[in-house]
Amino acid sequence: MDFNHSDDRQMLADTLGRYLAQKYDFETYKRIAVSESGFSRETWGALAELGIIGALFGEEAGGFGGSGFDISVVFEALGRALVVEPFLGTLMAGRLLADRHDLLEQVIAGTSILAFAHFEPQGRYDLTELATTAVRAGDGWVLSGAKAVVPQLEAADHILVSACTDGGLGKSAGLSLFLVPADAAGVTVRGYPMIDGGRGGELLLKDVTLGADALVGPENDAFDGIEATVAAGIVALCAEAVAVMAVLRDATLDYLRTRTQFGVPIGKFQALQHRMATVALEIEQARSAVINAAAALDGDRWHRERAVSAAKFTTGRVGTLTAEEAIQMHGGIGMTWELPLSHYAKRLTMIDHQLGDEDHHLERYVLLGTEAGEA
Amino acid sequence: MDLNFTSEEEAFRAEVRLFLAEQLPARIADKVRTGKRLTKADMVEWHAILNARGWLANHWPVEWGGPGWSVVQRYIFDVETALAHAPRIIPFGVSMLGPVLLEYGSDAQKQHWLPRILDGSDWWCQGYSEPGAGSDLAGLKCAAVRDGDDYVVNGQKTWTTLGQFADMIFCLVRTDPKAKKQEGISFLLIDMKSPGVEVRPIILLDGEHEVNEVFFTDVRVPAANLVGEENKGWTYAKYLLTYERTNIAGVGGSMAAFDWLKHVAGAQKKAGKPLAVDPYFAARLAKLEIDLENMKTTNLRVLASVAHGGAPGAESSMLKIRGTEIRQEITALTRRALGPYAQPFVSEALDEGYNGEPIGPDYAAPVAAEYFNNRKLSIFGGSNEIQREIITKAILRL
Ligand SMILES: Cc1cc2nc3c(=O)[nH]c(=O)nc-3n(C[C@H](O)[C@H](O)[C@H](O)COP(=O)(O)OP(=O)(O)OC[C@H]3O[C@@H](n4cnc5c(N)ncnc54)[C@H](O)[C@@H]3O)c2cc1C
Repeated sequence: MDFNHSDDRQMLADTLGRYLAQKYDFETYKRIAVSESGFSRETWGALAELGIIGALFGEEAGGFGGSGFDISVVFEALGRALVVEPFLGTLMAGRLLADRHDLLEQVIAGTSILAFAHFEPQGRYDLTELATTAVRAGDGWVLSGAKAVVPQLEAADHILVSACTDGGLGKSAGLSLFLVPADAAGVTVRGYPMIDGGRGGELLLKDVTLGADALVGPENDAFDGIEATVAAGIVALCAEAVAVMAVLRDATLDYLRTRTQFGVPIGKFQALQHRMATVALEIEQARSAVINAAAALDGDRWHRERAVSAAKFTTGRVGTLTAEEAIQMHGGIGMTWELPLSHYAKRLTMIDHQLGDEDHHLERYVLLGTEAGEA
Repeated sequence: MDLNFTSEEEAFRAEVRLFLAEQLPARIADKVRTGKRLTKADMVEWHAILNARGWLANHWPVEWGGPGWSVVQRYIFDVETALAHAPRIIPFGVSMLGPVLLEYGSDAQKQHWLPRILDGSDWWCQGYSEPGAGSDLAGLKCAAVRDGDDYVVNGQKTWTTLGQFADMIFCLVRTDPKAKKQEGISFLLIDMKSPGVEVRPIILLDGEHEVNEVFFTDVRVPAANLVGEENKGWTYAKYLLTYERTNIAGVGGSMAAFDWLKHVAGAQKKAGKPLAVDPYFAARLAKLEIDLENMKTTNLRVLASVAHGGAPGAESSMLKIRGTEIRQEITALTRRALGPYAQPFVSEALDEGYNGEPIGPDYAAPVAAEYFNNRKLSIFGGSNEIQREIITKAILRL
């Protein structure tokens, strides 16, 4: 048993952490997060140069990482600095594009950005509730439909879109993936700011005509890949969440030690001490959940999905607790825009609204538990 | 034991409903219902409508313009106005300063200030908290020194809600720096237009300008604006804090917010069915509804004891804690109900007249911001930790 990262991975984490500490401080975050583009292409390029994007993909895809722990190490560092750049979409789409070497090369170099457009307006967090269709037209395909709340959609040069190809809507069978250039005719992107910084967008596809080569992976059989890439996305979000929790914990601890009322630091009040202790221990539980999920990411489906849902459930529950307690124990100052704390609290809260919330993953965990093949 | 309202009380409820149907502007109710921003003009308009009916300061004595209602009538009014999506009454003049002046003000002060609260001549804000004095309010430092017929005020207040709109601020100031903390404090009324008063905005986590810092530099305040006796301000401040507020549990507001939550949960879909019938979400809704129903009765029990002459001391701490927790949970669940659509936040969508296409369902726009903003409920008005201290000491005697 060894809970330390390998030297290579630790070095990557250190490099990224150092870079962000120097170049992505809170003021930079605030500027980028509310800017018109909602991210910085310059920062993206610099992070690509450091090898951060390459770390998200395996060697077969031209990267040098791609395991659960590579992902978690990167996203922890990103979370600590509240990085809003389009890592999640690039991770999830890129993992499904392993055989598109030319494109992935550009992605890893930072010159091309990806989005993963799967979930739909009426589908909530459901992986199969899709109404977007792709029908054959001559050699190629015609896509129509809508995709919901895609993070950093406007930033993407290529959008990986899921669609029903055998007429059976709302099922895991009959799904296929298509690579859609962001500037293709019939593609409309409606961008907007997100409450936790950065931007998102609604994707509208109206008779988008694509060539035969737009199809990615097996026709009618994309579901397993989608589920697996969402699992990687969840590991990323959970790792980010745990990093944000740690920042909130440390900031709150610091405040409890320095803020005085009634002539003593407020950390002397037992009412706050015990609550802080609960937050601290729950964060450790969440960290363990992320380790479980990262370790399971490269294993068999059943174990992977259980661990991933367990982690998302745990970080959702502990995330709300941590965000709410951090604000409460700060009093009024915890509610201000000026303090980094409130931005971390918002980010943490919103992670629960991505790729399935606490309830969604608890239900999923229950269902997986009753599934055949448990042994 | 009889949990029913009397027929007179039910008749009163009908009267309030009729009034709201006829007088509450649909434009304003619509903004409240859909979580849009209220302007100062909206709030002033609603105050004026209530005042014209004699219902604005509904807990004031009749001779000063109150309607002479019982606590139960006031409760019914609070609930009905909230359910009709009326704006809340801005408390600073009507519910905070008013009672202090009625109890401790001079006749001249009452005659001058009380009618001006009613007719909207003065918008008041509350100058209690300071950067170093939040929960430990008696630690305040903002100083007032007597100089001839004036006090000269130097120092800072903070978290001043809607101070950017205010004409006047009632302040706790230190008039005797040598006395024990609680004994050197006075209650002073300060004109916000006085030279030396500077208001700076504090932007909250939802991006809104709701609170302010207020700085005082050699501000001259007529000594006639001292309420009660010098150095007795702590007594008046405490009176204000423990002053019986039927609405401290915010039951009406929570009932309206819960109805809205049910509407949202009915409209949101999960696996093709309303989210409201999803077992996981339904369990959360049910727990919340049970808490709210319990709260209604706890609140009425306290009201009944007040109506029969009991003193609602520390009980109001219970109402404040549970009332705010329930309200926070309602907004948390509304946020949860939205799923991915809790994330987009178009601030302009909260302005009247915005006609951009909504992102996701049309009720989504204000929800997450409201959730974050409502974290304040357990912080201000005596934090829930301080309220628990009061319960431990005053009720449980630990
Ligand atoms: C949106 C908003 C509007 C406000 N409007 C006004 C206004 O109009 N006028 C005005 O005067 N003030 C206003 N306030 C200020 C409010 O009353 C204070 O924020 C509140 O009293 C808490 O003080 P603080 O923020 O300094 O927190 P602190 O007192 O520093 O408290 C920090 C934390 O320590 C806890 N704590 C403190 N002492 C104890 C203890 N003895 N035991 C256990 N826990 C303890 C608190 O509960 C809190 O969790 C407003 C605040 C907010 C957030």
